[in-house]
Amino acid sequence: MRYPHRHLLAIEGLHPPEIASLLDLAESYVLLNRSGKTQRDLLRGRTLINLFYEDSTRTRTSFELAGKRLGADVINMSVSTSSVNKGETLLDTAATLNAMRCDLLVVRHDQSGAPNLLAQKVSSAVINAGDGTHEHPTQALLDALTLRRRRGTLEGLLVAICGDVLHSRVARSNIHLLGTMGCRVRVIGPPTLIPAAAASLGVEVFHDMQAGLQGVDVVMMLRLQRERMARGLVPSAREYFRFFGLDAAKLAWAKPDVLVMHPGPMNRGVEIDSAVADDPLHSVIGEQVEMGVAVRMAVLDVLSRSGRNG
Amino acid sequence: MADLLFTNVRLIDPASGLDQPGELLVQGGLIADLGPSLGRSDAPMLDGDGAVLCPGLVDMRAALGEPGYEYRETIASAAAAAASSGVTTLAALPDSLPAIDDPALVRLLRARGEETGSLAILPYGAVTRGCHGKEMAEIGLLREAGAVAFTDGRRAIGDARMMRLALSYARGFGARIVQHPEDPALADGGAATEGELATRLGLPGIPAAAEAILVARDIRLAQLTGGALHFAHVSTAEALMLIRRAKQDGLDVTCDTAPPYFDLNETAIGDFRTYAKLSPPLRPEADRLAVCAALADGTIDAVASDHQPRDADDKRLPFALASPGGAGLATLLGVTLAQVHGNGLPLLRALDLLTARPARVLGIEAGRLARAGPADLCLFDLERIWKVEAGLLPGKAPNTPFDGRALEGRVVGTWKAGRRVFG
Repeated sequence: MRYPHRHLLAIEGLHPPEIASLLDLAESYVLLNRSGKTQRDLLRGRTLINLFYEDSTRTRTSFELAGKRLGADVINMSVSTSSVNKGETLLDTAATLNAMRCDLLVVRHDQSGAPNLLAQKVSSAVINAGDGTHEHPTQALLDALTLRRRRGTLEGLLVAICGDVLHSRVARSNIHLLGTMGCRVRVIGPPTLIPAAAASLGVEVFHDMQAGLQGVDVVMMLRLQRERMARGLVPSAREYFRFFGLDAAKLAWAKPDVLVMHPGPMNRGVEIDSAVADDPLHSVIGEQVEMGVAVRMAVLDVLSRSGRNG
Repeated sequence: MADLLFTNVRLIDPASGLDQPGELLVQGGLIADLGPSLGRSDAPMLDGDGAVLCPGLVDMRAALGEPGYEYRETIASAAAAAASSGVTTLAALPDSLPAIDDPALVRLLRARGEETGSLAILPYGAVTRGCHGKEMAEIGLLREAGAVAFTDGRRAIGDARMMRLALSYARGFGARIVQHPEDPALADGGAATEGELATRLGLPGIPAAAEAILVARDIRLAQLTGGALHFAHVSTAEALMLIRRAKQDGLDVTCDTAPPYFDLNETAIGDFRTYAKLSPPLRPEADRLAVCAALADGTIDAVASDHQPRDADDKRLPFALASPGGAGLATLLGVTLAQVHGNGLPLLRALDLLTARPARVLGIEAGRLARAGPADLCLFDLERIWKVEAGLLPGKAPNTPFDGRALEGRVVGTWKAGRRVFG
């Protein structure tokens, strides 16, 4: 197993063998999960804390399930019930968790870099479950696993990431991962939602779905938050859907066997049409969720190894 | 006041262009004489061993913690940091709590400076009440009380009409308006310069053009009003180009920069280092090089510390939430000398940017070695090596963006009105 790091804070900086070995391990957990078995001895007696400063259903549940299937004691701390609302700083929280001798700390935070800050202060392994507009590494890993299982390899795939790239940590992690693993990546969206420096990340930039979807193997849709409309970055949901929402007509511009992905939760009728989201020929959205649990089991396994056998 | 004869020093007075080995005699707190050899004197001698003796530095932009932020810095701790860098005169920003928008506060700060015995504090007056940008402060009364110039500190005067009024009105009192050149609407919510690095880190960006946009507007307003205008901590190539042209056009436009903008680039914030979170944010390398060029060609009138003390709690936060600003007093001379050692900036010119030229911008008598002038002096060893260590610098604020930087050139002693205040 080639994963020499103490934490998983970002995809940027990981090397292809590190990513590949995480995916290989996750693959084995897919089989385990499908067999209905668990491996509860692996993390028995270890504590996993889900520290979520932002609402999340699927990511938190996915980590919780992953931890439990490996036998860890899982504790969920969310912002509404913890002392965070009483003004405790992130680092005070870190000190508290340290004193409780937590082994694995899964963090979601609305600020970019918050997990990096925590990682400097806690003795547990820190897993970034999404920080601000920075990265969401386990999402990129589960997307990659989904694609690799469907297509056999990531090498040479043409992937279009569509929508609010500017504010998307999913997009950043995917751009780094797919680029590292030999995919060609396009980003498509209105200029107000594409970072000015997008091209410097090694992607091709499109502002037109027809041109951008031409010949792609994979379309990754991103969630558009209502707040972007309020801040005037796009005029309205219906205008957005007209030009950037994925429906069957737009999907026809891609390769016939194109795969459609979405990190969830979806805004049906805003960035994606229900007919596409639910189309079993193209949509692998349900499979992404399944892969999510396996990928997180692999990450928990790897990051707890140093503590398990020295 | 004890008399003192400096011998075996390299006398540098940028105002007169003097740079020669010699001696300097202090009597009664004043410079009695200076020259290659002063002959016999009864005064105690100090052998400088070839170190540079120059005027005490004039720092035209520093925030003091007082009033209102004493947990960050006090006047006493700021004065200690200043003295360690050879600074004997300092223009203090008005966006404190309360803001310096009342004549009594100006008098108070001047008196507090005198109490330190080591540092003349020249308060800026607020341009607008509370530095809120809405109504003009009592610029005339503030000026009368001793406000050296006018600014809203870290806050840009964003409203064009307000800026026009301020430039126009202050002109009647011979006062300069100092602008934080960053369009507030474009900068709102931003934490780093927009570009590849900010995109990778997922940090909200501020386009570098936010600086040039306000500079262009204000130059035009200076032309409209005939007012005297100064841009603080200029950090981009484009803004410097506009300022260079305004000077060529004969407008009364001046500017300063601060050491981070010619010694660091945006990569210093890598991995979310909040001590390198400044306002304006650090820039790409091309802008840093343009700042270096503008120091050399004279477009930039002064190097200021841009001292913004913060305590650890202000900085130990996720990057976008951390308070911007860096401690700059203790490293002002050292980092500026790095341009002399490493980038070919003539020593005389470097010291000019720290003494006579900021004094000229502010219209004050300071920053020169003048017979019968106050003996505000800085003695420094041009070659002595030291290392910046956050938390170990003089002063209270740990937030230096230069942590770990090795520097060449260190102050040996600082004198204020003939009295040794450092070393």
